[in-house]
Amino acid sequence: MIALATLLILPIFGALAVVAVPGQAARVAAAVAVLSGGALAVLIMAVAKGGSVQILPGGWGAPLGIALEADGLAVAFMAMTVAVTAAAIALAARTPAIGTPFWALVMLTWSALNVIYVSRDLFNMYVGLELLTLAAVALVATGGTSALAPALRYLFFALTGSLLYLAGVALIYAAHGVLDMAHLAEAPLQATDGVALALMTAGLLVKTAVFPFHAWLPPAHAAAPPPASALLSALVPKASFVILMRLWFDAVPDAATRSLLLTLAILGALAVAHGGVLALRQDRLKQIVAYSTVAQIGYLMLVFPLAGGGGAAQPWAAGAWSGAIFHALAHGLAKAAMFLCAGIWIMAAGSDRLDDLRGLARALPMTAMAFGVAAVTLMGLPPSGGFTAKYLMMTSAFASGQVVLAIVLLAGGLLAAGYLYRPMEALFARVVPDHRPVSRLLQAVPLLLALLAFAMGLFSDAVYAFLQTGRPGAAEGGL
Amino acid sequence: MTPFAVTGALLVALGLYGLIAGRALLRRIIAFNVMGSGVFLMLGALGWHEGRADPVPQALIITGIVVALSGSALAVGLVVALARATGRQHLRDDVG
Amino acid sequence: MAVFDLLLCALILLVAVAAIVGKGLFRAVVFFVIYGVLLSLAWVRLDAPDVALAEVAIGAGLTGVLLLGAVGRLARSDADEPAEPIDWPVAVAASVVAALLVGAAIKITPGTGLEPEVRAVLTRTGVENPVTAILMNLRAWDTLLESMVLITAVIGLWPLAQGGDWMEPAGPAHHAQPGGVLSGFGRLLPPVALLVGVYLLWAGASQPGGAFQGGTVLAAAGVLCVMAGVVRAPGMAAPAWRLALVAGPAVFAAFGVAGLAWGGFLTFPEAWAKGAILTIEMALTLSIAVVLALLVLGPPQAGEAR
Repeated sequence: MIALATLLILPIFGALAVVAVPGQAARVAAAVAVLSGGALAVLIMAVAKGGSVQILPGGWGAPLGIALEADGLAVAFMAMTVAVTAAAIALAARTPAIGTPFWALVMLTWSALNVIYVSRDLFNMYVGLELLTLAAVALVATGGTSALAPALRYLFFALTGSLLYLAGVALIYAAHGVLDMAHLAEAPLQATDGVALALMTAGLLVKTAVFPFHAWLPPAHAAAPPPASALLSALVPKASFVILMRLWFDAVPDAATRSLLLTLAILGALAVAHGGVLALRQDRLKQIVAYSTVAQIGYLMLVFPLAGGGGAAQPWAAGAWSGAIFHALAHGLAKAAMFLCAGIWIMAAGSDRLDDLRGLARALPMTAMAFGVAAVTLMGLPPSGGFTAKYLMMTSAFASGQVVLAIVLLAGGLLAAGYLYRPMEALFARVVPDHRPVSRLLQAVPLLLALLAFAMGLFSDAVYAFLQTGRPGAAEGGL
Repeated sequence: MTPFAVTGALLVALGLYGLIAGRALLRRIIAFNVMGSGVFLMLGALGWHEGRADPVPQALIITGIVVALSGSALAVGLVVALARATGRQHLRDDVG
Repeated sequence: MAVFDLLLCALILLVAVAAIVGKGLFRAVVFFVIYGVLLSLAWVRLDAPDVALAEVAIGAGLTGVLLLGAVGRLARSDADEPAEPIDWPVAVAASVVAALLVGAAIKITPGTGLEPEVRAVLTRTGVENPVTAILMNLRAWDTLLESMVLITAVIGLWPLAQGGDWMEPAGPAHHAQPGGVLSGFGRLLPPVALLVGVYLLWAGASQPGGAFQGGTVLAAAGVLCVMAGVVRAPGMAAPAWRLALVAGPAVFAAFGVAGLAWGGFLTFPEAWAKGAILTIEMALTLSIAVVLALLVLGPPQAGEAR
């Protein structure tokens, strides 16, 4: 419990310390990262051994108080967050023109993510989402004048999403008198729950940047400084996805209707296609990687139709549920690695235009390798974490007789191969690049992240087993 | 009380319209606040029962009002900065 | 009273429509402030005085000043722009949302919610006002995070300052006429506001009020004093202001961690709860006042001295 409380409170103190002593910002961030890593190790052992860890702030417990619970899913996401944030901090410390606000905002983003991963209270999740939104939008705005319009568009989308979600929460509380998910799961469904869930889901889809609510994401992620983009693309949309998963699998497992599952399947498939095709047409690396996020988020939506499909016992649902989480984690690590590579290449070559990156693989081989390994994960090739994710989702697609979804997964992989081929081709071009040197230590940072994503596939059994801690019943019985 | 709850519901829709369809950025910030207070009014009115008000929605609403001000302040800051830097007060003109 | 309620509802809706689709930005802001005042009347009618205070002080007051300031800083031409044409597809979508929500609002029969549960534990929370008990104890985790949301907004404005680093006093430079009404008012107000702010903070334990309302009053007085030119606006260069900014959440979080020794995260032992909550609220009031003042004044705008 102390480890979990430490993970929750450290980035909060970190943010406050950065404001109080701006001169020491990078050091504060590094200290928070190191201490969080330690607390995380303790928490992982505790959860692996004794199951989910709970905190009831104030000791009240739900429904009066707020319940926080670190299950396998939450701890896995917290681990990905520690890895990605630590890597982004390492790069930011060497990036010129990174000011005090950036460091405070990274800490605040981190606090908000941890808050959301462990929360079981619908309103507490709203506060977490708003903290995340403001910190993320402000991170985009640290990108300078050209980032102002993307930041504003992001803010308006995100605020609309939050309020749609909150409107749903208001109806849930009015009808049930509780905000706690476990209490909600035990309460019989009310006539107004359909409207409430529709509003909440719509709001969360906007925040997760699911097609057709994705327009804000590519410009915002491309305009932010690269260390910020890594956090924004790898982590921020995952938080609202976690809420979406918890809502449908934990809070109202019996409420999913055919039309909802079909809608999410269609949106997911369109996102994969739309994001992939647009990624093919970009000339800047950061844009390609950002549009790729739109496509990869599409896969995440497929978990809902895959875990559904009618009937009582659905043995494939557990595979779909775990597959989606595998995908969210592997994508997060790989995508962060790519944005950090982009940041290093901008330092070295002065731009992220594909033309300017030609031949950089020769000059910065470690980063090129990092990008390659991350690309393997995004394409879903074995033995990466992305492959395990695809394998699990594919298996459940065939088991549940939803072959169309398997085709979407395959087509998405091909599109990824297409849009990632172009930067690779530029990197490995046989020309001698004109570049500034970058330290090897810095080059190793994205490589470590990419290798982590790869290792998720190599050690998929252990990761899979860990994720099952505290898995909701609906992940077995289906939606 | 139902009239207030219905008013809240209508304010949510009205705010949603202004938030999406509005052109002037400041007006969209106003619409965001109207939509937010509509949600709060629904929440509060539905928690009112025979002269007794449920304190939980009231606490949530106070938190919500403070959060809404934070969002508005950041939005206003960005709008003013954008107008100073580019002279623009709309977002419609670039890629959407 | 039913007639009054219906009339109030109709007025609220009318003013909201005027604020959102009416002509002119300046007028829209004025309608929005009226809207906030009407809304706080609705909260009084709904027996929610704490919310009414927060709405009139923060929702109408501070947000209004914030928006008015923005209208002033934006180009003059935009202040009287024509009413915008109706966007029909969005209007249809909003109507669907309206129908669904109104339907749900009518269908739900208000229950007691968690009111009996809150009442049952109230004596153990350290305060008598149930709303304050929820904010500062039962759902203290929300409130701690909320204070972080406020700080996030200030930090978000930081890079928007000219030159990208906020080291000058906040907002545009203000020079009120010496001996003028504003300047005299600015000198008279602070002691009165300090009194009201501290009273609201103190009263929050048993009556409507609390750290957020108290902090708002202090912030409003501070903003007025800055506008009157009586005091210099706070800036990020001074360590004292930065410490005031983080004091509230820091004290709050420190109590949260100390709770681990007393039985749990953010747990206040019954005997100490009142003292702990009052200490946190005092620090929070200070931080909220500084944060709100900084948010309303905005980042420094060197080129805009009037």
